[in-house]
Amino acid sequence: MTKTVTDVICPFCGTLCDDLEVVVSKDGKNLLEVYNACAIGAEKFLHSQAKDRLTRPRMRQEDGSWKEISYDEAIEYTAKILTEAKKPLMYGWSSTNCEAQGVGSEIGEYVGAVMDNTATVCHGTSLIAVQDIGIPSCTLGEIKNRADRILFWGCNPAHAHPRHMSRYSIFPRGFFTGKGHTGRKMIVVDPRVTDTARIADIHLQIEQGRDYELFDAFRVAFKGEQLPDIVAGIPKERIYEAAETLKSGRFAIIFFGMGVTQSLGKNHNIDAAIAVTRDLNDYTKAAIMPMRGHYNVTGSGQVWGWLFGFPFAVDLSRGFARYNPGETTANDLLRRGEVDAVFVLGSDPGAHFPFSSVKKIYGLPSVAVEPHETPTTEVCKVHVPVAFVGVEVGGCAYRMDNVPIETRKVVDAPEGMMTDEEFLTHVLARVKEIKGI
Amino acid sequence: MAIRVNLITGRSIQQGVSMEAGKEKPAYTAACGIIELDPADFKKLGAFRNTNVRVTSKYGSVIVKAVEATQGPHPGVAYIPMGPWANMVINPNTYSTGMPTFKGTPVEVEAAKSEPVLGSLELVRKGCRGELA
Repeated sequence: MTKTVTDVICPFCGTLCDDLEVVVSKDGKNLLEVYNACAIGAEKFLHSQAKDRLTRPRMRQEDGSWKEISYDEAIEYTAKILTEAKKPLMYGWSSTNCEAQGVGSEIGEYVGAVMDNTATVCHGTSLIAVQDIGIPSCTLGEIKNRADRILFWGCNPAHAHPRHMSRYSIFPRGFFTGKGHTGRKMIVVDPRVTDTARIADIHLQIEQGRDYELFDAFRVAFKGEQLPDIVAGIPKERIYEAAETLKSGRFAIIFFGMGVTQSLGKNHNIDAAIAVTRDLNDYTKAAIMPMRGHYNVTGSGQVWGWLFGFPFAVDLSRGFARYNPGETTANDLLRRGEVDAVFVLGSDPGAHFPFSSVKKIYGLPSVAVEPHETPTTEVCKVHVPVAFVGVEVGGCAYRMDNVPIETRKVVDAPEGMMTDEEFLTHVLARVKEIKGI
Repeated sequence: MAIRVNLITGRSIQQGVSMEAGKEKPAYTAACGIIELDPADFKKLGAFRNTNVRVTSKYGSVIVKAVEATQGPHPGVAYIPMGPWANMVINPNTYSTGMPTFKGTPVEVEAAKSEPVLGSLELVRKGCRGELA
């Protein structure tokens, strides 16, 4: 006999789909089937059942082999390297729940760590731009029910947020969008003919790295002013056409992704994108939203926002919160050799940081708290496998539109495995003991 | 013949699925240890599809398998899915934003038929120990 758990939240991307159905064995120990999820989400649930999954912490030996250690030993090692370090880096925090982020932040305060999350290689530059000029945004529900002009700029939801278009942006029929996708106009700006671009009404195949120019061209086109014949590889007629399409809608939404945040220009590209949104509001209602990647990277920004006042790159080493992207950001600190211990939770910098940063982690006392075996666990001294948040333990996560959603536990973790929050709580207690607090 | 292209990285659904299935598995290497090239660039390179190539930038070098662009045409632009292979060659400079320049790295691509594409863990391990060619 089996039972079906409904309304399950998917802990993969920032779309945070909340309509999954998961079939589990009657004793709740085995996860059998996943319905409604995208290919990536389904794989995330199913991988928790992998037979070769690691269930106990392990420590790298001098000869390069791994030795299994107890959770107590892992807690002791973690507390020791964090308290002994002058300036430890505590990085990740995006594939975990807000409860764990809260406990981790407390540890960071006691040990004087630099706290950084995956926004640093994702939408960190968007956050800088928002601090520069603000952001007119909305929720995904408003988009589903109202938006009839959808612009995807430098993002490819068909691959990175597979159910975004069907749940919120392009296909659903909402209160004022009863015709579904036939009532919407879709524009894609991307240097490749992506699978998202293929279904768009207008695809502007921009010359890579020329986003700022094209954003500015849109502002010119809105006003009906003269453009050069070609901007960023796009003939002016097509820019005027796209600008008119946006202006003629009742509600326009701009989604933007890594194509804008990671290309040269960085935060200034987003400044321009937000300025486009502001200008568009002279003609119709318009909003803009970053396509957040990890399912709870938005949550870590929220937690640190209310704890420290800054959403990423928070330096607590002086006993109070400082924030200076370029100085207190993970990659800059690592490349300059300014941290002397690394703690990673809920992220994989080994795979997703430039190699020059990864090499620095390899040379430092380091802990990776991570359910999978990853390039990060490969370069860290201690690997602590934990339960999957959103699969084996619940907790709060924030969707890309800053809506908090409580994730659900659907299956038991293998016996004796800790959750992120439990592990951090033990580390916090040990840190306090060592510090005599 | 070596060709010069503009390298970008990013997510592909195959990257996402194989990542969640385990980065130590061969499927992850198959999904991310590749470079997608435009047919026009393949012609200039003078190599068959599915040939191993060496991608070199100012910042590093890596062996990946050259495949035809799945989301093209995009002549002059090459794509390696996000992951340790791409991160061997992308521009790590953040220009005071915290964000490495993952997109828009000029790279040179040349055929390297006899050199193997390493798995993710081996690539990172060997790189850290200075054992990569």
